[in-house]
Amino acid sequence: MQREGSALAGAGTVMMKELGDNLSSTRMRLLELLVFLTGAGAVFATIGEVRDVGGEDPFVFLRIFTTSKGETLPSFAAFLGFLIPIVSISLGFDSVNSEFNSKTMSRILAQPIYRDALLFGKFMAGLTTLAVMLSALWLFVIGLAIFMLGLPPGTEEVMRGFSFLIAAIAYGGVWLALAMLFSVVFRSAATAALASLAVWLLFAFFWTMLITVITPIIAPVDPYNPMSILYTVEVGQALSRLSPNTLFAETTMAFLNPATRSLGLVLQSQMHGAISGPLPFSESLALVWPQVTGLLASVIGLFTVAYVMFQRQEVRA
Amino acid sequence: MSEPVIRTQQLTKAYGSRVAVNKLDLTIEPGEVFGLLGPNGAGKTTTILMLLGLTEPTSGTALVAGFDPLRQPLEVKRRVGYMPDQVGFYDNLTGVSNLRYTAKLCGFTNKEADEKIAAALARVQLTEAGQRPVLSYSRGMRQRLAIAEILMKGASIAILDEPTSGLDPQSTREFLELIRSLKKDGMTILLSSHMLELVQSVCDRVALFSQGEIGLMGRVEDLLSSVLGGSHIIRIHAHGDGLEAVLSAVPGVTRVTHEGSGLRIEATRDIRGDIARAVVGAGDDLTMIDAGYASLDDVYARFFEGIPNAA
Repeated sequence: MQREGSALAGAGTVMMKELGDNLSSTRMRLLELLVFLTGAGAVFATIGEVRDVGGEDPFVFLRIFTTSKGETLPSFAAFLGFLIPIVSISLGFDSVNSEFNSKTMSRILAQPIYRDALLFGKFMAGLTTLAVMLSALWLFVIGLAIFMLGLPPGTEEVMRGFSFLIAAIAYGGVWLALAMLFSVVFRSAATAALASLAVWLLFAFFWTMLITVITPIIAPVDPYNPMSILYTVEVGQALSRLSPNTLFAETTMAFLNPATRSLGLVLQSQMHGAISGPLPFSESLALVWPQVTGLLASVIGLFTVAYVMFQRQEVRA
Repeated sequence: MSEPVIRTQQLTKAYGSRVAVNKLDLTIEPGEVFGLLGPNGAGKTTTILMLLGLTEPTSGTALVAGFDPLRQPLEVKRRVGYMPDQVGFYDNLTGVSNLRYTAKLCGFTNKEADEKIAAALARVQLTEAGQRPVLSYSRGMRQRLAIAEILMKGASIAILDEPTSGLDPQSTREFLELIRSLKKDGMTILLSSHMLELVQSVCDRVALFSQGEIGLMGRVEDLLSSVLGGSHIIRIHAHGDGLEAVLSAVPGVTRVTHEGSGLRIEATRDIRGDIARAVVGAGDDLTMIDAGYASLDDVYARFFEGIPNAA
């Protein structure tokens, strides 16, 4: 049945209100502190090593993001891989159920807006908060690096760095959409938070383990057929790419390390005759296009599920 | 008579096999205060949500202010102010900020919103409290803030779900005053309640709900006389058996029942004298006699008497 009026009337208002709530909350202060300490820590830890290779590498700036300090400290990009889900989940896990818990849901929905506007406004507010935070962090790290290296970044470095930022926001969007989905499904905010964190733990730590168990079952290695080894590896890789963490890690690698030529398996014969050297930006972009679309598709997919469930939910608490 | 403000035809809502509201026909005229009465779970809130387009009816139609809540919910919600049962506000925001958010959702400009909010808060006497976070509000203040929201919105219809539940007697009285003043402004008010006394004092018409159906509908006085057959209740304490038969024979008595240690007599008029004479004439001691008007409580009790598990 056709409904009259715009589904998004009021979405802007909801977004501005939620954005105000997000930015002024204590939760946000803590997250900002955490993220900025990470940024500063990463730059200070890696700057020495980056300086040593400074003269040889045309992409010295990108090294700030990717260099890890020995075994002890992961790279800034790897840190973000951990931190972004935490930040996103903490922005989204109570967005819908808190309206029910504070008994404001039916009152707000009795105003001349559709439910669509409420969910969309909340999601956009979360995403904007995330984008603001990550952009600030990104600028902070680059500024700090300029200050400490005494060099400005080149055009290509800026483009690659910016693409990395966009990918990071998309990656955050996946976790935000997931957390919002759970906030629709579970009336208790604590349950929603725990469920989101459980999924995060699964992908961050257990996914690789699971894959080593599952892959040989799906695609067993035949010792008499060398091609079966190839097949096994490909299945394992396909499974690992179901994880947004893998997608983000691969995107990061292609954007920040221009020497990356392939994200899959490369045979000796395929490498034959290749000239080593960095790829141009457009080639790197083409390389990770599937990963980036995968991230965006997950965001849209998860949001859609949350949307459908929210539409079907009873308003009365 | 002008066009009805709210009209439902055969409105039905089923959750699986359980029918929450069954073939409801309801007509509410402009300027009327209409009470939906019934025990918890009788389908009052479901009916209200269907009128607001927040729940889809299984079948039947509703028309609110001339619009279909299912297809034109925004038009309906623009004209209707709703105060949910257990109304909530954002605790960390002030009363004014809460209303400003609603005003923006209604599409008012900042200037319009500020004027409307100030006027509405003054009307419910929350002008000063409006600057404080809602966290510090009492239950009664929250209810008044909800009324302020309805006023600010400029709604011509107010739907109040259990408006006085959880209020102390003083707040209840003030709240009823507020409802009367809204009626004076020409607002149509639909309120649901299980507090019958309250409804009796403010409502023009009431509908008694039970298990998703309207059992009785009409003006309070008409219900009193039609259900109880009279509007006087006389209570006596007397010793002796077989008084019931004696009293039932007194002219004007419509019903005699046991109530506690005494008897409760329904009558078409005040016949205390006749009853006293009858009791004494039967050789019994009359220790107490008291008369009062029948209230909706009596109608309610009688109406739900025959329905198992209604409450």
